[in-house]
Amino acid sequence: MKTKSNLERVLESRIFAVTGELGPPQSADPEVIRRKAKILRGHVDACNVTDGQTAVVRMASWAACLIAKEEGLDPIVQMTCRDRNRIALQMDVLGIAALGMNNMLCLTGDHQKFGNHPAAKGVYDLDSIQLVQMVKDMRDEKKFQCGEEMAVEPRLLIGAAENPFADPFEFRAARLAKKVAAGVDFVQTQIVYNVDKFAEWMKMVRDRGLHERIGILAGVAPIKSVGAAKYMKSRVPGMDVPDTVVARLQGVPKDQVSKEGIKLCIDIINQVREIEGVAGIHIMAIEWEEAVPEIVEAAGLSPRPKLVT
Amino acid sequence: MLISEQKPLEEILGYLEADKNIFLIGCKGCAEGWESGGEKQVVEMRGTLREKGKTVTGSVVVDMLCNAALTRLKLRSYKKEIAAADSILVLTDGAGVQTVAELADKVVHPGCNTLSSGGAHAEWKEAERCLECGDCMLEFTGGICPIARCSKHLLNGPCGGSQGGKCEVDPNIPCVWQQIVDRLAKLGQLDKLERVMTPKNWSVSLISGPPVKRLS
Repeated sequence: MKTKSNLERVLESRIFAVTGELGPPQSADPEVIRRKAKILRGHVDACNVTDGQTAVVRMASWAACLIAKEEGLDPIVQMTCRDRNRIALQMDVLGIAALGMNNMLCLTGDHQKFGNHPAAKGVYDLDSIQLVQMVKDMRDEKKFQCGEEMAVEPRLLIGAAENPFADPFEFRAARLAKKVAAGVDFVQTQIVYNVDKFAEWMKMVRDRGLHERIGILAGVAPIKSVGAAKYMKSRVPGMDVPDTVVARLQGVPKDQVSKEGIKLCIDIINQVREIEGVAGIHIMAIEWEEAVPEIVEAAGLSPRPKLVT
Repeated sequence: MLISEQKPLEEILGYLEADKNIFLIGCKGCAEGWESGGEKQVVEMRGTLREKGKTVTGSVVVDMLCNAALTRLKLRSYKKEIAAADSILVLTDGAGVQTVAELADKVVHPGCNTLSSGGAHAEWKEAERCLECGDCMLEFTGGICPIARCSKHLLNGPCGGSQGGKCEVDPNIPCVWQQIVDRLAKLGQLDKLERVMTPKNWSVSLISGPPVKRLS
């Protein structure tokens, strides 16, 4: 084991992993985190805490992670290159490791244009792949990006995101290979609604042997309403929502849609589980954390291994 | 005027390592003025390359390399020489390199670093082609600049928001990484993108470096 991460332990023991996601509030209220963490506790092996998702100002991921950890989760600190240069990134890496965090997810970040401060100056000193490499060098070589050495290294499990549905499709597995070469330990994918395309991508990933070197977690998410499905289909960059998904939700009475959304999510979990090389799932039920226990249970993924960090 | 300086010779020779036959291009505009790729530098480079055992299949110094129409006309008279070359070495700022990359189905190597656009953006009217980063990366991106044209300046793109050839930030912006992948695929050089590009040295760029450091 490279770290004390519960997720690493689960992945190493070849148990199908389950991670969740928690969005911090747009305020200084710690109770929001505690409430969501209590819902997720015991149902996920680790939990992402987003870092200014969609470029909207929210409580810092590391701070929310600290609260989530107090509530018994193994948090995954998300960190984007949008708001920090290599100096700030490394300072935060040292800080989160010192606070007892075990996992970090390296992201380039949603463009500032999408958020509530579109006039902000984007940083992008590094990209996600360079961030992965920098954290790996800090952990395994005890070296800062400049080459200087440190006394105590940050023991973090290094994650990244990958979008099998973005273009150019033929290049996506090659780009994952770059993340693996840079030193990533696990990836979580964009939400899978188009299982066929995901399977096609996984085949390219297997052809490169990447599934044997890292843990690949398929992203899934329940859909609450027909409107939400349509919004994701047309307005969210990098999403692939087939017409059949929208039609399935339209095909049930209005008061049954959210239930159907959960069923659909469970169906997708069962399908991606059958694909060789998928090591787990990442459930993104943002602002619908209550759905997670039900999904995990119905997908036959309960109980989770006892959390050890 | 775009201000450029020649890259160190070892760096240029590194780019040309696998290539035996080179076509050489310079410019009588800015590159002539800044002595990075005018008539004199092209002649010198021709000699240097020959000394290093390369064959120079031909060379041309265009009046305004960044003017695509003019350059297209000019390159037409060198069809044979360009066809005989493994690649093209362009001794100008990034705008000129990208003009050639757009016009020729050949690997294009940048021979200069662009220090400043001097307040102008050459003859590309529709968009900035060069962000004066001072450490030209066009060698690794098929002669198309991700610093100037990717919304996140990614060196290891494309990000997860590239769909249908468009940038997630604005459907009117083409995804430059899609263009880079397409071009390198066409040139049979997709393997260039397998390598992890390490963090960029922004200290030599106009956006991040100290002001007026290189123009004195």
